Amino acid sequence: MATVRADKIYKIFGRHAKDVVTQLENGVSRDELQKQGATPAVINASFQVREGETFVVMGLSGSGKSTLIRTLNGLLPPTSGHVYVDDQDITTMPPKDIRQVRQNTMSMVFQHFALFPHRTIMENASYGLRVRGMDSSERREKGRQALELVGLKGWENHYPRQLSGGMQQRVGLARALAAETDVLLMDEAFSALDPLIRRDMQDQLIDLQHKLAKTIIFITHDLNEAMRLGDRIAVMRDGEIVQIGTTKQILDEPADDYVAQFVQDVDRSRVLTAGAIAEQITTIAPGSETSSTLELMRGADLGAVFVVDDALRLVGALSYAAAAQAAGRSERWIDGSVDRQVPTTPPEAPIVEVFEQAAGTELPVAVVKQDGTLLGALPRTALLRALGKQATSTNHQAQQGFQQPPAGAVQEAADV
Amino acid sequence: MSDVLAAAQIVDLPRIPIGQWAEGLVDWLDQNVGLGLELIDDAVRNSFDGILALLTWAPAEVMILLFTILAFVVRGWGFALFALLGIGFVESMGRFEPMMQTTALIIVASAIAIVISIPVGILAARSVGVSRVVRPILDLMQTMPPFVYLIPTVFFFSIGATPGVVATVVFALPPGVRLTELGIRQVDAEMVEAGQAFGAPPRQILSGIQLPLAMPSIMAGVNQVIMLSLSMVVIAGMVGAPGLGQSVYEAVTRVQIGAGAEAGLSVVILAIFVDRLTSAFGAGKGIWSRLRASPSMASQ
Repeated sequence: MATVRADKIYKIFGRHAKDVVTQLENGVSRDELQKQGATPAVINASFQVREGETFVVMGLSGSGKSTLIRTLNGLLPPTSGHVYVDDQDITTMPPKDIRQVRQNTMSMVFQHFALFPHRTIMENASYGLRVRGMDSSERREKGRQALELVGLKGWENHYPRQLSGGMQQRVGLARALAAETDVLLMDEAFSALDPLIRRDMQDQLIDLQHKLAKTIIFITHDLNEAMRLGDRIAVMRDGEIVQIGTTKQILDEPADDYVAQFVQDVDRSRVLTAGAIAEQITTIAPGSETSSTLELMRGADLGAVFVVDDALRLVGALSYAAAAQAAGRSERWIDGSVDRQVPTTPPEAPIVEVFEQAAGTELPVAVVKQDGTLLGALPRTALLRALGKQATSTNHQAQQGFQQPPAGAVQEAADV
Repeated sequence: MSDVLAAAQIVDLPRIPIGQWAEGLVDWLDQNVGLGLELIDDAVRNSFDGILALLTWAPAEVMILLFTILAFVVRGWGFALFALLGIGFVESMGRFEPMMQTTALIIVASAIAIVISIPVGILAARSVGVSRVVRPILDLMQTMPPFVYLIPTVFFFSIGATPGVVATVVFALPPGVRLTELGIRQVDAEMVEAGQAFGAPPRQILSGIQLPLAMPSIMAGVNQVIMLSLSMVVIAGMVGAPGLGQSVYEAVTRVQIGAGAEAGLSVVILAIFVDRLTSAFGAGKGIWSRLRASPSMASQ
């Protein structure tokens, strides 16, 4: 697996680029320099992407995010600063070695797909392998696997123009996956798709990521998309990264007014996931004694406990009322009273999908991972609290009287 | 008023002897690269003779039938009918032989022009420097009256097919270079970037992405080269290049209206035939689309 680290990256377009970096370091403003004809596209960007992480760079158009992603694989060499891929500094590599890195370690998905119109879907999907010099039958096999992974089996011999936009981008994704690189760079990969298809593609990416655990660097201007996909999000503005954090951190502790404004219209119930706000819950083993369990619940003032097996897989839940009744009937073990129909949700589900379940039961909703293990629980109070923070931050905004963010931002935040 | 005139007489502009320099250059070339010129002469003559022999290896009637079949394969029924009637008409005027001479000249000249212009166009597309140097040279080649090329070529190669071919190559070259350069520059930058992002070296990006995507433009250039060759090959009749051009030139000098009309019509028919044949190439019609699709399939 691979990590990507950006260290104080500057990318300046225009003449005297190096001087401009020095001026920026000395505190000359970006606006000032733009008047002089230089375009600082990326200013002092540093971050580290962990193995298997989905790292989203979010910003409006012109914030430098597409430039930033191109410095990561050397398509645009940074004016100053370093990019380390697996601790190798690619900014000082000769072109031949950079090509090796691109062939073997990082592949890319493009906003407008960038499929080759004169090649078939199969040829497009296996392009990276062809460049690497893999023989024909082997790359056909890998291309076929990648196409199957993105749900395009049977389209191998068609040409890109015969496919819809969503399908074309699946080919773009397959091309990157077939290369079997650990790092995926996705430059506004879903931005050109219409909202429904975009949602599909996001779901598919989340799905694939569960299976493949790539290191993904995803660029988007869409905050909802960023928050849906990203383990962490870097918010960019005017070439600078203003905040890096999880969805919850960015919603709850925006680094500055700009980020606060940006997130104020976010529908928290759709971007916060069950996993992000899940609370710790007391668990007991099957076969616990009723009396000790009741004592435990009474002592800690618990409305319910979850029953999990040795492997932490969820077995059921026991409410205080059920435990008390069992004690009343003098049952020695709790097992007869355990409610095995506990409402559950996967951690990546947005909390809006949990409300209905939460309304139908007294028990907290269990957050259960794909392998059946219990991650935490969502009592109704936690759900309400997650929404409640929206109200406080919005009030805070109103008091401060901030300017509205640009119209585009509102539009994009609202259109999913 | 008279003062102004007087002033104009005082300023006596020196005459820059461009004409003498040009003559000097041609003399120098003739003396110093004579062997090279002879080689060129031989090569052009031999290829012209060879192609002409091929075009006239069978009686005219058989050749017309073969051209008709070619037209059918490339474009279809309509074009085949045109070929049959058009070339048959030329033969009925007794001008099939000069028509084939002209065709052979076009083939030799445009082949040379294409072989030179496409690589130059590729270089120009890849380097701003080359492009800057090449562009004014192309402008010069295109705007210079074509007759002017004929003078030094006659001097180098005397009368015959070779001076005609050489002048034609010079005249027909520019669109091949320009459209190749344009075609490559117009390839979507994101395509090239995709190639780079997967680690393809520049050579592979050129052969696998830029050239195939620039192909319609390059083929339009090839078509232009061929059409310009045709128009110049006719003019080259003035320096003794055989074919319809010579017929036209004779008709003009002897004021033979009838012969002029016949030769002129033959040129028109040849021009339409050649244009339709080669433009089908660029547009990917008929057999060309199949030919163009198959290499990329075979490469997988």
